Amino acid sequence: MKKLEYAFFVGCTPKQSTPELMDSTLAIAQTLGISLVELEEATCCGASHLQDFDDFLSLVLNARNICYAEKRGLDIVTVCNTCQLNLATTKHRLDSDKELRDRVNEKLKEVNLEYKGSSKIKHFLYALIDDYGIDEIASRVKNPLKNLYIAPFYGCHNIRPKEIHAESNGNEDPYRPNSLDRLIVALGAHNVEYEFKSKCCGFHVELQAPKTANVISGNAMLDAIKHNADTMVTPCPLCHLRLDIQQKNISKEVGQNISIPILHLPQMVGLALGIDEERLGLKNNIAKVEFV
Amino acid sequence: MKNYEIKRVNFKVFRFNVNLDKSPYYESYTLEVSQDDVVLDILNRIKWEKDGSFSYRRSCRHGICGSCAIKVNNKPVLSCKERVFDLIKIFGYELVFEPQDIKYAIKDMVVDKDRFWTKYNNVKPYLITNIETHPKEETVVTQEEAQMLEESDYCIQCGNCFYSCPAVQANVDFLGPAALLKAFRFNTDVRDNAKIERLNIVNEERSGVWDCVKCYECAEACPKELTPIDKITKLHNQIFEENLAKDNVATRHAVGFKDSIIKHGFLDEGELVRYSEGNVGVLKHLPEALHMLKNGKLIMPWQMPKSKNLDEVKKLVDISSTVKFK
Ligand code: SF4
Ligand code: SF4
Ligand code: FES
Repeated sequence: MKKLEYAFFVGCTPKQSTPELMDSTLAIAQTLGISLVELEEATCCGASHLQDFDDFLSLVLNARNICYAEKRGLDIVTVCNTCQLNLATTKHRLDSDKELRDRVNEKLKEVNLEYKGSSKIKHFLYALIDDYGIDEIASRVKNPLKNLYIAPFYGCHNIRPKEIHAESNGNEDPYRPNSLDRLIVALGAHNVEYEFKSKCCGFHVELQAPKTANVISGNAMLDAIKHNADTMVTPCPLCHLRLDIQQKNISKEVGQNISIPILHLPQMVGLALGIDEERLGLKNNIAKVEFV
Repeated sequence: MKNYEIKRVNFKVFRFNVNLDKSPYYESYTLEVSQDDVVLDILNRIKWEKDGSFSYRRSCRHGICGSCAIKVNNKPVLSCKERVFDLIKIFGYELVFEPQDIKYAIKDMVVDKDRFWTKYNNVKPYLITNIETHPKEETVVTQEEAQMLEESDYCIQCGNCFYSCPAVQANVDFLGPAALLKAFRFNTDVRDNAKIERLNIVNEERSGVWDCVKCYECAEACPKELTPIDKITKLHNQIFEENLAKDNVATRHAVGFKDSIIKHGFLDEGELVRYSEGNVGVLKHLPEALHMLKNGKLIMPWQMPKSKNLDEVKKLVDISSTVKFK
């Protein structure tokens, strides 16, 4: 197999509140032989909040982010659903609207950059499944996650809206996504089927509407627990920040004690590949991962 | 003669009569379905062939009256538009028919849509303008001006977006996607004079745009592909453009991203929470912050990472910004 190489759009959380996502991503990439070239010039994607304030500015900044991958001749991988959404949306809008692209490029020209549209953008989950291959991963499993019931939590911004993601997420159905389920099975574990796997975690209103956010996360977690999940796994650090860090507040809001470990996607893959827990940053998880 | 493919499907159908039944139940009907059948055909056959008391709303059969919306395996559909074969592709041979919101079911597929209409009426969903009783000239709307509506005038009030919105379910005050889309529709109409009035309504905390969780369920739910969330983003933009943004946690949360990007390229997570909540409000996050600190999830200000070529970023912010926050 040709060695896979990507421009790695790290985003803000792996460098701050989810260092374990950074560590586990790099660890499994190394073990699988995937080369991730960090886009050191990249800025925050705006997380759809800058977009609320100044849409055009967010387009220019994200176009700049993509430019640096284009300059390297590489496709981008993201490790956050919301980064994925905002970069992919920028690409979609610029590729389908020449007038808008010209307006953005007029600004980029001032710093000697030009958006061309030559780099694809995909989440690491789909780089693993579709580019690397699920069978290839399965063949490298050293430590099958036998007897574990894992509830996949997909997060919104990697599956909706479908038209933005279809090209890069293997045409995942937003009402019945299955990529994470297939990956869980390939790693030797059981995938938990539950209604809320494709639902929202409420992250984006955590500050202004904590009650809404807690109710929404709580519904999903209770549903996973009701279906016997030992742990949940998510490809999104923002979902992780809610489900992992906010368990106390969520429990208070829903009036039931919720306590369940939450894995990042690469932590789960890393465990099955036999990478030791130190390199997967398990010590950073707040809800302790005790089944290891 | 054309050869029609036929599939046998088990339909599990929500049944409930608010006047007779203590609680809802599900009835199963196995029917043969052809590739041309839409969900409405199945609803009709259940009524005509199986049980005449079965109730559901429908009128136009052409995707325009908006009355036939239901959920199939939790996916919101417009019955007269959705092919059963497409649903089989996603969900297999057992399809569950339910009303849009089982908590508000009146009879079978029929729901009490009062909540939907109340929210809808709250945004002044009509053109507000001063015109002469007998105008001498026609009010011309150019093609470009009409395009600014981005098809939001195509909404058929089916409610699919509203009944799949998790923010509506979690927060009784939230106006929801259909009402907000309608506010955008009239705010963007060049003939209308009530933009500011409507922006003040949708700018309210708890009920307005700030309480949308950005899940994009409404984008998937809409049979007219109107992407209500994109119109909600545009309402946010209008609020800032018209200088109506109040100084509160939600607005500072949006603006804080720009400040952080200028300084670091990256978002400074800790500083964003402090700036959004204020120096006092931030204290309520102390328990989580301590937990995070203990688990290596909080960095100190001097450890804040910086993007390479930050000068470039500053310059771009300088020349590309389109709005200001007072
Ligand atoms: S994106 Fe916003 S309005 Fe649309 S369904 Fe989600 S919370 Fe509701
Ligand atoms: S926006 Fe779309 S889904 Fe919502 S009520 Fe209108 S037509 Fe239905
Ligand atoms: S019957 Fe009118 S929209 Fe379906």
